[in-house]
Amino acid sequence: MNRNGILFWIGAALFLLIIALMTHFVRNEYPFFAGYVILQFIVLAVAWSILGGHAGYVNFGTSAFFGMGVYTAVFLFKVAGAPLAVQIAAAAAVGALMGFALGLITLRMQGIFFSIATIAATIVIETSITNWRYVGGAAGIQLQRPPVTPPFDGYVQMLFFVQALLVVLAVAISRYIQSSWIGRGLQALRDDELAAECTGVPTLRLKVLACVISGALMCAAGAPAAMYLQYADPSSAFNLNYSVSVLAMSLIGGTAHWLGPVVGAILLGSTQQLLTVTISSEVNVLVLGVMLVLFVVGAPEGLIGLLKKIRKEGK
Amino acid sequence: MRSGADRGSGGCAGRGGLCVFSIDLLLDAVVLGVLLGCFYAAVSLGLSVSFGLLDVPHVAHPAFLVLASYAVFVLNEQYGIDPLLGGLLITPFLFLFGLAAYRLYYETFEKRGSDAGVRGIAFFFGIAFIIEVLLILQFGVDQRSVTASYIGKAWRIGDMRIPFRLVVAFGVAAGLTILLALYLSKTFMGRAIRAVAQDQEALRLMGANPIRIKQWAFGIATAVLGISGALLIIVAPVDPVLDRAYIGRTFCVVVMAGLGSMTGTLVAAIILGVAESIVLTLFGASWAPAISFALLLGVLAVRPQGLFGRRS
Repeated sequence: MNRNGILFWIGAALFLLIIALMTHFVRNEYPFFAGYVILQFIVLAVAWSILGGHAGYVNFGTSAFFGMGVYTAVFLFKVAGAPLAVQIAAAAAVGALMGFALGLITLRMQGIFFSIATIAATIVIETSITNWRYVGGAAGIQLQRPPVTPPFDGYVQMLFFVQALLVVLAVAISRYIQSSWIGRGLQALRDDELAAECTGVPTLRLKVLACVISGALMCAAGAPAAMYLQYADPSSAFNLNYSVSVLAMSLIGGTAHWLGPVVGAILLGSTQQLLTVTISSEVNVLVLGVMLVLFVVGAPEGLIGLLKKIRKEGK
Repeated sequence: MRSGADRGSGGCAGRGGLCVFSIDLLLDAVVLGVLLGCFYAAVSLGLSVSFGLLDVPHVAHPAFLVLASYAVFVLNEQYGIDPLLGGLLITPFLFLFGLAAYRLYYETFEKRGSDAGVRGIAFFFGIAFIIEVLLILQFGVDQRSVTASYIGKAWRIGDMRIPFRLVVAFGVAAGLTILLALYLSKTFMGRAIRAVAQDQEALRLMGANPIRIKQWAFGIATAVLGISGALLIIVAPVDPVLDRAYIGRTFCVVVMAGLGSMTGTLVAAIILGVAESIVLTLFGASWAPAISFALLLGVLAVRPQGLFGRRS
């Protein structure tokens, strides 16, 4: 393992330690509520970038994966009262399957057609869940949290820690992909799919693989949300805002490096939390739209791209 | 589309239980579906030009449409102007707006190179969200509707009840489609627009400026929204986030039509209208949102060039 790798794992361990200490010593519940949402967005943005950043396939189906994660958890909890770990693992499996299906169906589509197809798939899945009475239908479903397991004082604290674990997992995977043959292959097919195919890059397998990994992570990130809200309904679980927020976070941070989506998610996620509390959720969406337009027009490579540019000019 | 709710009681879903298949019911659904389909064609025509011919990933098209509806609403509410006349009145402004919007899009994306599609779609989503929120802040989340002599009446043919506003939408939509198809095939500028869609480089070599032609075309695509927006608010009440439902419908129609064909747009829209209408009748309104998207997904997966595709 090289120096960067060691530094990364030390950083990850420190991050988890701080999170664990927080759950023990911070008494106020609000930081956990807000922090949970930001961590969740980090996982989603990092997962999105695996397909959207490296391969350049703009997935607008984040909400489909997120929502399926929520409903996998709801279903398992209702059927068997499954514990949180099982819910998340099952959601990851469902997400991987969905990613596989999405990859297969959309293989022939490129560019905007892929994006439109992912929006379409989202709505079709949402409508199916809306018509499924067992998990609450359109009206949604209330969930009663089980008692919390010992090292944690409260359920929200536990969810906060679990989501932090998912963040470390997602970032580690994304880092690995970036520096491995998978990442290089995906970048090759982003730059020129035909040329990549001709030079022997297995574009088909790589795309499906990226879809599977990205989908599994997104679904896993969605699973704890059912217990977090103690409630689930299709129109909020599958809300298009998730897709656009996550896209905005990745673009704002920059997709050229694994750190980009993390930075973008922290920035936009905390701004959104702040705005929702202080002003209103409508203004929150307005800021999302404005940031998206500003960054796409003004800084197409995101903050990471801006930093690189400044550094280059400084030299 | 909310028109399903108007006649939900006639469908099987309202009664619950198994549906007894009836020819009358089906015929009813088909007739209404055709009318509805023409209306869908009218709201998709602009996108058929901007996305179908110009390759602009215009996901904000439905948001512009809803915006135009609100303009029609204000004219109707404040000055008592007939919605269709209102739609005509705002058309020149929309045209200018379209010219400016394409300029901005061209300068920021197309000029810079190949990534235009991917970042363009993010850009237009941002625009759509901004329009949504501004409408919510200005008008609130309530549904708005217009008043005119032909809204609320219905024709009765035997057992069938045909809302008059759908007939108006049908007539105007058919007229608009024919007009636009004629414009694109008969006039000099219209042919230039189709030429630019086929081969931009060739046009440049002929000494024409493809960008000006595309800008003009985008202006027309936006101008059409005046009448489309008027129809939207005539057919059913409008609220600020209605555009999300129409992303699926308009893109479904345009992709199914095979990018850029006006008559194809009309046929595809009628297929969508009839499909939605039949599903509404058989399974109930809760399945309606999925129809357009499922059709779209099917078309994209099986025949990406559309039913009447201009490209192989």
